[in-house]
Amino acid sequence: MTIATSKAEAGRDIGTEKDKWLRAYRQMVSIRLFEEQVNEVYTRALMPGLAHLYSGEEAVAVGICEALRVDDYITSTHRGHGHCLAKGASPDRMFAELLGKEAGYCRGKGGSMHIADPATGNLGANAIVGGSVGIATGAAFAAKTLGTDRVAACFFGEGALGQGSLYEVMNLAQLWKLPVIYVCENNQYNEYTHFQETTAGTILGRATAFGIEAARVDGQDVRSVNEVATRLISRARTGGGPAFLQCDTYRYSGHHVGDINREYYRSKQEEHLWKTDRDPILVLTKWLIDQSYADASALDRITSEVRTIMESAVKFAIAAPYPNVEEVEKHVYA
Amino acid sequence: MPERELTFAQAVREALAEEMRRDSRVCIIGEDVAEAGTPFKVLSGLVEEFGAKRVVDTPISEAGFTGVAVGAAMTGLRPVVDIMFGDFITLTMDQMVNQAAKAHYMSGGHWKVPMVMRTTLGATRRSAAQHSQSLHAWFSHVPGLKVVLPSTPYDAKGLLKAAIRDENPVVFFEDKMMYKLKGPVPEDDYTIPLGVADVKRAGDDITLVATSSMVQVALGAAILLEKEGISAEVVDPRTTWPLDEKTLIESAKKTSRVIVLDEGYGRYGVTAELAAVIAEGAFYDLDAPVKRMGAMHVPIPFSPPLEDATVPTEQTVFDAARSMCKPA
Repeated sequence: MTIATSKAEAGRDIGTEKDKWLRAYRQMVSIRLFEEQVNEVYTRALMPGLAHLYSGEEAVAVGICEALRVDDYITSTHRGHGHCLAKGASPDRMFAELLGKEAGYCRGKGGSMHIADPATGNLGANAIVGGSVGIATGAAFAAKTLGTDRVAACFFGEGALGQGSLYEVMNLAQLWKLPVIYVCENNQYNEYTHFQETTAGTILGRATAFGIEAARVDGQDVRSVNEVATRLISRARTGGGPAFLQCDTYRYSGHHVGDINREYYRSKQEEHLWKTDRDPILVLTKWLIDQSYADASALDRITSEVRTIMESAVKFAIAAPYPNVEEVEKHVYA
Repeated sequence: MPERELTFAQAVREALAEEMRRDSRVCIIGEDVAEAGTPFKVLSGLVEEFGAKRVVDTPISEAGFTGVAVGAAMTGLRPVVDIMFGDFITLTMDQMVNQAAKAHYMSGGHWKVPMVMRTTLGATRRSAAQHSQSLHAWFSHVPGLKVVLPSTPYDAKGLLKAAIRDENPVVFFEDKMMYKLKGPVPEDDYTIPLGVADVKRAGDDITLVATSSMVQVALGAAILLEKEGISAEVVDPRTTWPLDEKTLIESAKKTSRVIVLDEGYGRYGVTAELAAVIAEGAFYDLDAPVKRMGAMHVPIPFSPPLEDATVPTEQTVFDAARSMCKPA
């Protein structure tokens, strides 16, 4: 039996430890700069609808997705740009989707909250809080039934802990020993309410009550996330059953781009502390330099390359055509 | 050789067994579907033939296992979920309405959800307000879902096989009072396309458009009407979506009088939609307003005489049809 535990073993060459973390750095910077562009495009009124930014949480998506194979599955959330990019989607088609253009991943029919991409195993972002927990668990059920060794990672925020369907599928996953990883991104806030006001008991206690393997990591440290994720994913892939991973993280922006005056639910001082002391990109930057894997100018070059990619992705999306109106009735049924 | 007869329940079981033999991706997921074969015994024997990996007993978690079926359907299986009583579909609404129905469209046609939800409808089983409803209008309202309402053992087999082979989420409502109804069912591998109505009885004076449980009521009423010299046509749409509008409108034009019968609640229900389709398509050929008959707008009561009063019967349909054809 082949047990592949990383993209490298699935055919993607990430080479040495140094290359692996430089790649993670690039991925995290990609998410940060993608979201900067979203903010820009949104505030210039070029993007319709809603925009929920992932900035601040990059280490979670990248730490998990770097431990997955390209043929593994993810399900994502309304705050899903980071998961989508980390799993391998390309920024130009993502921006096209965000602007409702035909070149988008969903031909413009899904938008920011529903990007899906079969080529990278992305079963879709979901605008119902907790809405994708069944889909992820079902993908794991199919993997087990069909005898593939795929794993499904189910991203959700701590807000989804209030949804009963999560506990229904966690019970099923543990009963049936399904290869699914429940990734709880605790960014501290259910929209505009601190999670401690909405969450009785402990987060991990919810998983251990079902006998599910559970762990908690610093979600601002991509290496910690990746290390634990690699162990849990490998365990799931080899029949060890589901796992629950709590990643403590922070949402830098408001619930959505328009949520600007936030002091009624959190202080500027708190935001400042997370952004300076615990920023996931700064944490990795420091480590890379300490290890002599890169110096500041090499990292700046990566950032500058990524910025160029993001800027041209936005240009591509703005120039891309909308779908034909005749398209509206297409794809209702397969 | 006389035609082979099966009960409605046997026809459903035969369709499932044939499709599971034909396609190893088809599996059954639900509460007490394996050894128990469901409370109605519709699935008896399937776990013995196909094993517990393909006939999967679940906890009492309708939302949970329906969600699992949606994800499994997107990634390579063709699940048939069993929702024991149609009233429990309320627990699955997010999974069916926001997930299954929309995944194909929202993904720009990339993901597909080839799953079937089998469930029941129908009152007069003395099961009271939470085990007796006919809620198929709820799903008929949602683009992306198909809704099937078989009314005979023959239709049950052919429509269920078509539903399982369909690439979309299909909800299949079985009238639980009909499980013991017998009728001819060929042993052949046949399917009935979704979206094709069936004229269950030809007639000239009035059209009774009837779904599911109401088809047998309409056929009974047609016999009573015949004794009065009134020739009733019974048209069964068989699926509320896709809907065979053409056959309904043609029959309405031919007879010029229509009663629409459906066991769901009348208000904002299937009868309203079918009556509107007929009014729009055959208005100038009608001699009377289209009449609707459905469940009364009350929670289904337990007490037998009260419950019996909530649904159309052969007698009430006969009375309504006679007064339309022979005004006093």
